[in-house]
Amino acid sequence: MLTAPKLDYALLAPILIILGAALLGVIVEAFVKQALRARLQLVIALAGISIAFGQLYLVRNEGSSIAAVTSVSIDGSGIFIQGAILLFAFLGILIIADQDHFAPQASALPGSSEEASALESGKQQTEVFPLTLFAVSGAMLFPIATDFITLFVALEVLSLPLYLMVGLSRRRRLLSQEAALKYFLLGAYSSAFFLFGAALLYGYSGSLSLNGLTDAIRGSGGNDVFLLLGAAFLSVGLLFKIGAVPFHSWTPDVYQGAPTPITGFMAAATKAAAFGATLRIFYIGLDAAQVSWKPAIAVIAVITMIFGSIAAISQRDIKRMLALSSIAHTGFVLIAVVSLNKSALSATLFYLVAYGLATIGAFGIVTLVRDSAGEVTDINRWVGLGKKSPLVAAVFSLFLLSFAGIPLTSGFVGKFAIFSAAYESGNIYLVVAGVLSSAIAVFFYLRLILMLFFAGETNGSVSVVIPSVLTRIAISISAIATVVLGLAPSLLLDVAQNFAYFLR
Amino acid sequence: MSILTTLQLLPLFGAIVVAVLPVGNAKLIKQTALGFSLLVTAVSLFMAFSFKTEEAALQFTETRSWISAFNINYSVGIDGMALALILMTTILVPIVFLAGWNESENGRWSVKVFYILLLILETMMIGVFAATDVFLFYVIFEAMLLPVYFLIGGYGVGERAAAAMKFLLYSLFGGLLMLAALIGLYVISTNQGGGTFDIAKLSELTIDSTTQNWLFLGFFIAFAIKAPLWPLHTWLPTAAKSATAGTSTLLLGVLDKVGTYGMIRFCMNFFPEATKTFTPAIITLAVISILYGAFLAIGQKDINSLIAFTSISHFGFITLGIFALTSQGLTGAIFYMVNHGFSTAALFLTAGWMAKRRGSSNIADFGGLQRVTPVLAWSFFLAGMSALALPGLSSFISEFLVLVGSFAKYPVAAILGTTGIILASLYVLIVVQKSLHGETPESNKGILDLNLREKIAIAPVIAVLVVLGFYPKPVLSVINTTTQTIMTHAGVSDPIAKVAK
Repeated sequence: MLTAPKLDYALLAPILIILGAALLGVIVEAFVKQALRARLQLVIALAGISIAFGQLYLVRNEGSSIAAVTSVSIDGSGIFIQGAILLFAFLGILIIADQDHFAPQASALPGSSEEASALESGKQQTEVFPLTLFAVSGAMLFPIATDFITLFVALEVLSLPLYLMVGLSRRRRLLSQEAALKYFLLGAYSSAFFLFGAALLYGYSGSLSLNGLTDAIRGSGGNDVFLLLGAAFLSVGLLFKIGAVPFHSWTPDVYQGAPTPITGFMAAATKAAAFGATLRIFYIGLDAAQVSWKPAIAVIAVITMIFGSIAAISQRDIKRMLALSSIAHTGFVLIAVVSLNKSALSATLFYLVAYGLATIGAFGIVTLVRDSAGEVTDINRWVGLGKKSPLVAAVFSLFLLSFAGIPLTSGFVGKFAIFSAAYESGNIYLVVAGVLSSAIAVFFYLRLILMLFFAGETNGSVSVVIPSVLTRIAISISAIATVVLGLAPSLLLDVAQNFAYFLR
Repeated sequence: MSILTTLQLLPLFGAIVVAVLPVGNAKLIKQTALGFSLLVTAVSLFMAFSFKTEEAALQFTETRSWISAFNINYSVGIDGMALALILMTTILVPIVFLAGWNESENGRWSVKVFYILLLILETMMIGVFAATDVFLFYVIFEAMLLPVYFLIGGYGVGERAAAAMKFLLYSLFGGLLMLAALIGLYVISTNQGGGTFDIAKLSELTIDSTTQNWLFLGFFIAFAIKAPLWPLHTWLPTAAKSATAGTSTLLLGVLDKVGTYGMIRFCMNFFPEATKTFTPAIITLAVISILYGAFLAIGQKDINSLIAFTSISHFGFITLGIFALTSQGLTGAIFYMVNHGFSTAALFLTAGWMAKRRGSSNIADFGGLQRVTPVLAWSFFLAGMSALALPGLSSFISEFLVLVGSFAKYPVAAILGTTGIILASLYVLIVVQKSLHGETPESNKGILDLNLREKIAIAPVIAVLVVLGFYPKPVLSVINTTTQTIMTHAGVSDPIAKVAK
């Protein structure tokens, strides 16, 4: 006889609320009339995220590894990352709300008469809101999942809506769809790797859960070949999602092709979710086997940092440049994965929030710089922006300085925290590599600031649109957070420290 | 709130006040900025008079928790060395304001932004010398690059953007190395009973010699870039050539001193063993800097580049004095830091006036200025004499102390350094002769002499050079206590003279 599993609804509520809001969004999309839809979708999405955040806040000090039998483990790190994802989603939705970036009818072929008539009639479909919420629910489940089936399901729930969202761009649709297809194919491939790895690990340990895996490694009863292969394949799936070299090749294309608000959301939220899961898998599941994976991940971290920093120098497209810079940042966070101590965990939590906020803000600014054909992403045409609209250029520079890790910005504190955790764990060579790649990275961030402010003539055809109120709020929050977390990082650092633990 | 904190916040407050003034009213902006900088000078002088010279401990201390997760504090306090450097800063800033009254008007941005940047920079310049928490020091050390970057890139001349970029990249690279070393130091302190960034506590750590060497290098390279030591100096001449006279004054006069200050405060203090290990190499680099800077100064065609190269030579002297590890050398080096600040200010400001009036900073374009602009010419002459350390001017005393102090331990280096003085008279006299003497070409006949504002700006600088040249005791006595403390801590003592009786 099958007994219904006992679920701890209070702890699972944040995810359920988001899923509920997403479903509600689907119903609204189907039944509510056109004129009201966009506004209603926005309200539902923001309300859903806020309520979920409120619930998360209420249960913040609780923890349970049996909230849903043994499939998820609600603990400090999980709750912190869920909160971060909700924050990113909130800001992301504020920018996504500017429907000008999205194809009015995604199903219409690019260049077809259907598309033209949809554009003309102003009938804008708003499926992007429920899709975002579905992705958020997957992103929230991923970092707390503790068995391979749940992990895989969460990964897919996170990824599938993103594949669609990447293809939604209104302008340059072919590029957008190409990016979506690339992302989908490579993503499906990496999912297969992930699943294959999970199967091998199951074969090794006879259990689907991370705890079972640890016990099996400690007991060392199984065949180590399965363990190593399984861990390697599983890592491929994760490293793809976080965009680490050599599994990064999708990142520039997808970041470039996706509608810019989606890029910002994706860069922040996906990275947080995927790192949450990665940390849990390596800290809980594979901790006991660290001698076998640590060197490999360390090498990947170094290559990722250096590759991202060097490759970004040659980029001429701002979105691609930010994509490569995100790869470099992935490398920095991977240092924390290798460090395997509590300070590394809290440093990662801080870093993900700091980086995510700056990323959403930076991409938010990219949405503002346009000419008659839409966004201008060619860096050469950003020249002299500082003269045209000093405030926008100054805020963008602030985000760049934070990415570069200049003191008094949140990015510096994050970097400092991660480096000191790595030094503490004895991985001094990683600190040195990190410092050197920061030095390289500083170059292209500064060059961009130089172009914004110090270039001679300005580009006449490019203008900065006046941001909508919502976009303005999102960018302002990101900018203020970047400065405040740089000046008074204790506000978040102390929280991160309290939440930096995993329940087995 | 300690007076030091007040002193730091005053310019920042001034920057905020300037920020809310209307953009169009340039005169009001300048007057407000000058007013605040004079107020800062007054407060710093007041602080100097209540400073207890004989006391070895830090004074005017204040500590507040900043980032508790890493036990990082906002903590400030000064000893004699820091006091001397802060005073130099607070005196130079209003002079720079006054001297460069109009230099902000040809920039990319408004006059307002110029003064906001300068006032923020002053806050940081005071803070960097006052900080007694290494993390706080580091943050300011890095953050103060940004105002300078924008000052060079936004208000400079010629290849200003490229110069600003070069300056920033060099400095940030050094800063990142220092960051790695700083983290290492922090982790070592964590392993020895509690992580801290407090300078006093960090200097008590026991560190094995290999680690010490690496950490020393991390700090030292950052400082050697800052106080440009050959071969890390290449950013300086381009920056000095492109920056306005005022910015150059602060860059070379104050910011670069952070480098030599850091060598004393951090390198010697935290890593006494490594200091001794690396001393011969550093002395060599210092001597090379002295000679290289001097030789290149002789060949310069641009007057600002010339001053930059003389500074490289002078920083060589300062470094030589520091790493001679004798009390005379160290006292001389610290005194040199102060004198060099004023002497460079005099050079850059007068050269800036000359260049502005002539519309060119090419030495060959000047000539015969003595006849048309006697006051300007005499000021430049005196500044030049100070650069070549003429007895009676303050730089003579410091240079003498450095050479005497280093001769006791490193006679060869001292002798080679002495030739630097001879070269100094060459490069100074050549430029003096070319620009001030001889026939006045037609193009220079219309050049006007200094106006009252400019005379008021240059007078205190020259007064300081002369007064300290005859009566250096006030500054020396403030520095001496610090020197003794540092020497004792580093575990070095003066060699006893071999020729006895």
